[in-house]
Amino acid sequence: MRPAYFLLHLKKDLHLEWRSKDAINSMLFFALLVVVLFSLAFDPTQDASRKIAGGILCVATMFAAVSALNQAWARELRNQVLDALRMTPAPGAAMFLGKAIANFLFVTVVEIVLAPVFVVFYNLHALGNAWLLALVLPLGTWALIVNGVFFAALSIRTRNRELLLPLILFPIFIPALLGMVMSATAILTGEGDPAMWIKFLAGYDVAFTTLCMMLFEVILHAE
Amino acid sequence: MKLWRWLWLAVTLGVLAEGFHVAMYVVPPDAAQGNVQRIFYYHIPSWAGMGLFFAINLICSLVYLAVRNRNHALAIKADSLAVASAEMGVVFCLIGLVTGSLWGRAVWGIWWTWDARLTSTLVLWLIYVAYLLLRRFAAGPQMRTLAAVMAIFGYVDVPIVYMSTRWWRTQHPGPVFGGAPGSGIAPSMMPAVWWNLAGWLMWGIFVASLRYVSQYREEVKEQEAGLAALEAHEIKAGR
Repeated sequence: MRPAYFLLHLKKDLHLEWRSKDAINSMLFFALLVVVLFSLAFDPTQDASRKIAGGILCVATMFAAVSALNQAWARELRNQVLDALRMTPAPGAAMFLGKAIANFLFVTVVEIVLAPVFVVFYNLHALGNAWLLALVLPLGTWALIVNGVFFAALSIRTRNRELLLPLILFPIFIPALLGMVMSATAILTGEGDPAMWIKFLAGYDVAFTTLCMMLFEVILHAE
Repeated sequence: MKLWRWLWLAVTLGVLAEGFHVAMYVVPPDAAQGNVQRIFYYHIPSWAGMGLFFAINLICSLVYLAVRNRNHALAIKADSLAVASAEMGVVFCLIGLVTGSLWGRAVWGIWWTWDARLTSTLVLWLIYVAYLLLRRFAAGPQMRTLAAVMAIFGYVDVPIVYMSTRWWRTQHPGPVFGGAPGSGIAPSMMPAVWWNLAGWLMWGIFVASLRYVSQYREEVKEQEAGLAALEAHEIKAGR
């Protein structure tokens, strides 16, 4: 039996990344730099770092992810791979899903590697349920990636595409960033209940995943 | 057509003048805030205009996506109207933010607070500026499709943004909010609201119609140039 189309796309993207490791390396180093820069710029005490750490982790991931997302479709432009993919009978949504899951995995790897560094640099000790972060981070990351992969495909055929992607992605992503930061801060400081924000993030993910899957075909074949 | 436009402009200016007169001299000052509250008569019409034009933008984007491969003339019209209404909506949004900020300075003592409504409006403004930027950066007919998709994303995001910022601020109640206008207004003030609402919406429709016509002509010209180039190419190729 033939595997589903999106699995083929996913496998191809994982293969590409496994051989080059471009995206993960650049993201990892970039996120590390952001963490170091913020730490130097604000020089927070332990109490203060608990309050801002959630925000910094999210923002660092966001910037790092954008640098990699710019490359997500750009690597398909070489040798007209994208045009070839457009001619295949596979539905566009499958292609999108494969690409989104691949990038989601890359960013998750970066987060997992970064988390211990983060804990050390910011002297972190979560006061709330730390394991809830394992729910918040994937949800927030998926919100970022699903929109990011979509808008990267949207901006691929424009001028200054590297500049355009963050400009159109960030305004749309703001509510999810808010949800991610608020729930991470609630978990780290132990004040307030993150449950509402986690539900909100899940709702955001469902809404935008649906929208992206529905409209991807349109932007893929935009002439 | 031209005559109608001039007539419309004349009536608009008349209504705006009357609106100014009623808002500044006829209706009584607010019991609590005094004359500062009169900026409200310019604040409310800009929100109404923003809501109207962003809704038009969404409808036009949907129409464009639906008919772009079947009815080309209608698609170009829808796209032109989408641009005109998005630009007008951004202008109204900015006017609303600025008038609100002026009022906030006088009544709250600060220009800006990260209150739910203010934040979500600012995000809304950012989204539509991003939409206009996308239109500038992308080129050719594909840009219209991409922009229409972006418009749908933006509009879907609006209620989500509002919900998130409201939760955000209910967890940490803002220190200055609580004197919000709009929670009921005295009947004696209503004439000023109506006149200005009518006047500014008419003004918005006037400017948007001018912008629509210029955009429409440009897109038609672009398309004709493209067709002419294609024909010339085919003749040269001897087909």
